[in-house]
Amino acid sequence: MTVKDLAKDEFFYGHKACAGCGGSLAVRNALKVIGKNAFAVLPAGCMSAVGFNFPQLCFANNAIISTFAGTASMLTGIEAGLRAKGITDFTAVGFAGDGGTADIGIQALSGAIDRGDNILYICYDNEAYMNTGIQKSGLTPFGAKTTTTLAGKNIHGNIRPKKNMFEIAAAHNIAYAATATIGYMEDFLTKVKKASGLKGTKYIHVIAPCPTGWGISVSDTVEIAREIVDCGLWYLAEYENGEFILNHNPKQFTDVAEYLKKQGRFRHLNNDDVDLIIRSRDEKWDKIRNNWKFGKD
Amino acid sequence: MKPYLREKENFGFDDIPENTSFEAGYLVSVNSGWRSIRPVVNVEKCVGCSQCYLYCPDGVISIENKKAVIDYDFCKGCGICHKICKLNAIEMEVER
Amino acid sequence: MAKKFLSGDEAFAEGVRLARPQVISAYPITPQTIVVERLSEMVENGSLKSEFIHVESEHSALSCAIGASAVGARAFTATSSQGLLYMAECLLYASGGRFPIVMMNANRSTALPWNIYGDQRDSISQLDSDWIQAYAENAQEGLDFALMSYYIAEHREVSTPFMVNLDGFVLTHTYETVDIPTQELADEYLPPYETDNRLDIENPKNLAFSAGPEHNYIFKYKEHRALLRAKKIIAEAEKHFAEIFGRKYTGLLETYQTEDAEYILITLGSIAGLCREIADFLRAKGKKIGVVRLRYLRPFPTEELVSAVKNAKAVGVLEKDISFGNEGTVFTNVNSALFQAGIGIPSYNFIGGLGGKNISHKDIEKIFDLIEKGAEHINFIEI
Repeated sequence: MTVKDLAKDEFFYGHKACAGCGGSLAVRNALKVIGKNAFAVLPAGCMSAVGFNFPQLCFANNAIISTFAGTASMLTGIEAGLRAKGITDFTAVGFAGDGGTADIGIQALSGAIDRGDNILYICYDNEAYMNTGIQKSGLTPFGAKTTTTLAGKNIHGNIRPKKNMFEIAAAHNIAYAATATIGYMEDFLTKVKKASGLKGTKYIHVIAPCPTGWGISVSDTVEIAREIVDCGLWYLAEYENGEFILNHNPKQFTDVAEYLKKQGRFRHLNNDDVDLIIRSRDEKWDKIRNNWKFGKD
Repeated sequence: MKPYLREKENFGFDDIPENTSFEAGYLVSVNSGWRSIRPVVNVEKCVGCSQCYLYCPDGVISIENKKAVIDYDFCKGCGICHKICKLNAIEMEVER
Repeated sequence: MAKKFLSGDEAFAEGVRLARPQVISAYPITPQTIVVERLSEMVENGSLKSEFIHVESEHSALSCAIGASAVGARAFTATSSQGLLYMAECLLYASGGRFPIVMMNANRSTALPWNIYGDQRDSISQLDSDWIQAYAENAQEGLDFALMSYYIAEHREVSTPFMVNLDGFVLTHTYETVDIPTQELADEYLPPYETDNRLDIENPKNLAFSAGPEHNYIFKYKEHRALLRAKKIIAEAEKHFAEIFGRKYTGLLETYQTEDAEYILITLGSIAGLCREIADFLRAKGKKIGVVRLRYLRPFPTEELVSAVKNAKAVGVLEKDISFGNEGTVFTNVNSALFQAGIGIPSYNFIGGLGGKNISHKDIEKIFDLIEKGAEHINFIEI
């Protein structure tokens, strides 16, 4: 899917997201792909906070805020309710952040995948609780400084790696799961398009940087979202029919240290920390390259 | 289809709905006041490739007659369009 | 109509079937389970056409029901005790969004200590969540509430979710003969759910939004106003019900021998039957006593209660609840109603049945005696 295939409609417009917000870009473009029959569910979090302040209501399509934990369960209800009313031409789509997905919402998401509910769940991952002021979530990466994982003499930011939500979703034998980044928009849009045409539960995990939380310039959101893939700390992949498929296999990674030092949240890391990050990246890629199928690049 | 600015901005007791349900895409305020810098399209350089349109988090860029056009009511001046443009067709200028 | 020998849970499930909910989402918890088992059977055998969603928690049960209601589908869920508390966030969400979901709650004690038996602390702890709260006395009333609850909750002037409470085990699991209306009559009574409060492709909406200090209080005031309006709609629902099914109900509360009563016991739920029996027994001995059964705690029957007890010399409130550090919450509500009406008679609180402790004939006799002779402010009847 390329920019030419994208509908001119803007469904998420006039919102109060911070300038340069990666999450809002993911929501905006996913809705352009899905179109006017999207029934969007957004839990308490950044995108609902910036889009639903009565009387400023920023979704042109049907949209509703769910409870923080209830993105997937509300999607289930919407899907079942519409089906019960005989309505078939719609897409129930959720947009939840990393905390809303990997922490408080993981139970409902797991339940929905388990039931095979016909919903599309998009996690826009900015790697911390940004709406409440940058607190650590289950998807905060190793080493990142947040307001609850401080960087000092004793602790160098978050001490645990990110949960692997993509593989957690896949482990449910989900109909379709994919990773993406707003930095490679056409890849993301292609996956949204593909997922919205499939039956069953679909999960897309899209990296969506937050300039405030990551400590980058508001104009660098897209660039950093590309670099995370280029340096190998994120990968573009799909899970379908029980198989993992790598969509993009970089011949050579760009410098991880470069990626890290551009961001305020990693600035405190020393060489040992960086080496550890590189080692774990390489271990992951060994597994990916040994076990996953390669898609066309 | 796009949310747009409405005339009615103030809601008194009788205008408030009984439930938390309201017309989709109802805007009452602009975001232009957030900007300290503004993107300006150089129409000589712009070829309408749409990359700025594709990557704008606020969706304020459209391509009209093969040139990027910016809705300054809702542009927040983040500068992503400026960075993404390979032809340097968008410059950031200080808001006055 | 067909007569069947059913437990409270089973009777309620029959009522739900007749109401034709389009989406049912529920998570099992004792003593609610039989309701959802029966509904599953009905879906399986085709007597109920409904999307039955096997949610993974009570939070999801109600969140799912809210989603269904938000597209204009009729939704049902059922829970009890810990489950009700686990979905507490969603209770306020459903009422704030004015989604007329019906939920059956099997009244059960709450941990700790763990206990699966009946008291009313679970639902009474949620009185402030803006749900209509009704308390059934028997299985027939439970079934009838299942139908009437949708009529009331979905009424345009109300649009508020409805919790029907059945005492755990003593009502949910005991059997009695129940009259089951025909589907034809049920359909005549309850039209399909129609609302503008929904997501709709033809007329897109943004739902469940935020409202800041400038507008928020107006939404809250309108919620309150709608719950008060439910009083009128409850009367209308019962009148209509009597016309179609021939069974009459008495509104927010039910009085028994209160006209000339000097001493009145106010209570709720399944214990009321025993209280009336003891009242008969004591009346035969010349005591002028009566019973008030509160059928609804929200909206609270302020005027009806005042009118029922205004000539009494003293009242007692028997409830399976305690607001620790204060008194029983039903008692607080009763006293407030009496005080506002300028009724200065003594009132005594009797706390009983916690964790399923049986309330005996003797206990109730003693309560009537204490109301007459005077008692402590709060009396734990078994202690």
